[in-house]
Amino acid sequence: MKKKVAEKVEKKSLKGQDNKKNGDVLKNRFLRWLDGEFDAAADIMETDETPYSNREEIKKSMAEIRQDLKKDDRTGRLEAAEKKHYYRIYNVVAVISAILLIGTLLFVISFLPRFGRENPESTEVVRRYVEKGMEETGAVNIVAGMILDYRAFDTLGESHVLFTALICVMILLRLDTKNQRRQFEDYYRTTSMHFHDISNEAIMRNVGMVLIPCIFLFGVYVLLNGQNGPGGGFSGGAVMGGGLIIFSSAFGFDTADRFFTAKLSAWITFAALAFYSFAKGYVFFTGANGLDNHIPKGTPGAILSGGMILPLDIAVGLVVACTMYGFYSLFRRGNIGGA
Amino acid sequence: MNLETVLRIILLILLIVCAISVNVTRTLLQSVIIFMAYSSVSCIIWILMESPDLAITEAAVGAGVSGVLFLLTLRKIREEDAKGLDEEEGG
Repeated sequence: MKKKVAEKVEKKSLKGQDNKKNGDVLKNRFLRWLDGEFDAAADIMETDETPYSNREEIKKSMAEIRQDLKKDDRTGRLEAAEKKHYYRIYNVVAVISAILLIGTLLFVISFLPRFGRENPESTEVVRRYVEKGMEETGAVNIVAGMILDYRAFDTLGESHVLFTALICVMILLRLDTKNQRRQFEDYYRTTSMHFHDISNEAIMRNVGMVLIPCIFLFGVYVLLNGQNGPGGGFSGGAVMGGGLIIFSSAFGFDTADRFFTAKLSAWITFAALAFYSFAKGYVFFTGANGLDNHIPKGTPGAILSGGMILPLDIAVGLVVACTMYGFYSLFRRGNIGGA
Repeated sequence: MNLETVLRIILLILLIVCAISVNVTRTLLQSVIIFMAYSSVSCIIWILMESPDLAITEAAVGAGVSGVLFLLTLRKIREEDAKGLDEEEGG
């Protein structure tokens, strides 16, 4: 079956080359290259063969996976019968807690000041931030002082939103054993026939070797200078996440999995969020209302300044970088790696 | 009118053109590329409006990561289409 389809694809591309010799060739070339039908560097450059040769091994391991699946189904049915009762209670509790949450949120919202009216929240607070921000937070960049000192709990919520988004993407796109077997088949079928895999290609690899260190340096610079200049946790983390994406697409997921696995990503995210919560909680409960919180502000303009802003920036940046790479990896192959 | 005002007007017009043409183009691939161009243009506008931290984030997230995610989704759709063809033709 595979051979048949491969022949058909070849015939199609040949037909296309004959018929559209004029301007259409150039126009459709890119689209066809994107589909993987047409390889621009076929005769010019040596490329690594896709691992299609070890087909026998793949067949063997697929048969093993199939046997495992049969066992899984039997135990799964038994467990489902046992858990049926549990799921009924689970549904009721879920509905009740959702109603309670909605009620609490609506109740709290009714106490918010009206939007757009003259009130101290929208006039005096802003003036205080602009006039005394540098003195009170120790940050030259007033935006960093605002989002990571005065309103640090907002940023904590944002980091948690990112983490929750990653979890949701994982729920939707992560492949279990059943799908993994299908993906296994599809991967070797599609990459060898329809699609051209860009990893381990000479252009990507050589450009990546030059670019990736610069991208990471820039990301770290932006991350560490959040309190003195433009940038900060989110921007620096996004740049570093972009660097990770370029790295894994240039050198392949196997190389990236050597140092960045799902376990490491989970630990980094957990440690960063926990550190953020505890540190900001400590500063908030000891440093508010003019109490001394034993954390030096430092001279504005130095790297080690701004009290808790720098560590919090690093925590946010790590979370963002892990989330960006996790999105890419889940979209591309259905897991983060190293599982 | 000095040079900066002219540049600003050109960029804003580009922004509007990009925003409209994302909806008008026929293929999804073109829409994604135009969306990335929109992000790059708005990144320059953020710099002109003196908010460089937003510009960095826009360049990294808007033009980079979200564009890549869209392209990956398109690829997934094409993969599904190709699979459907296989099943119909080859049995």
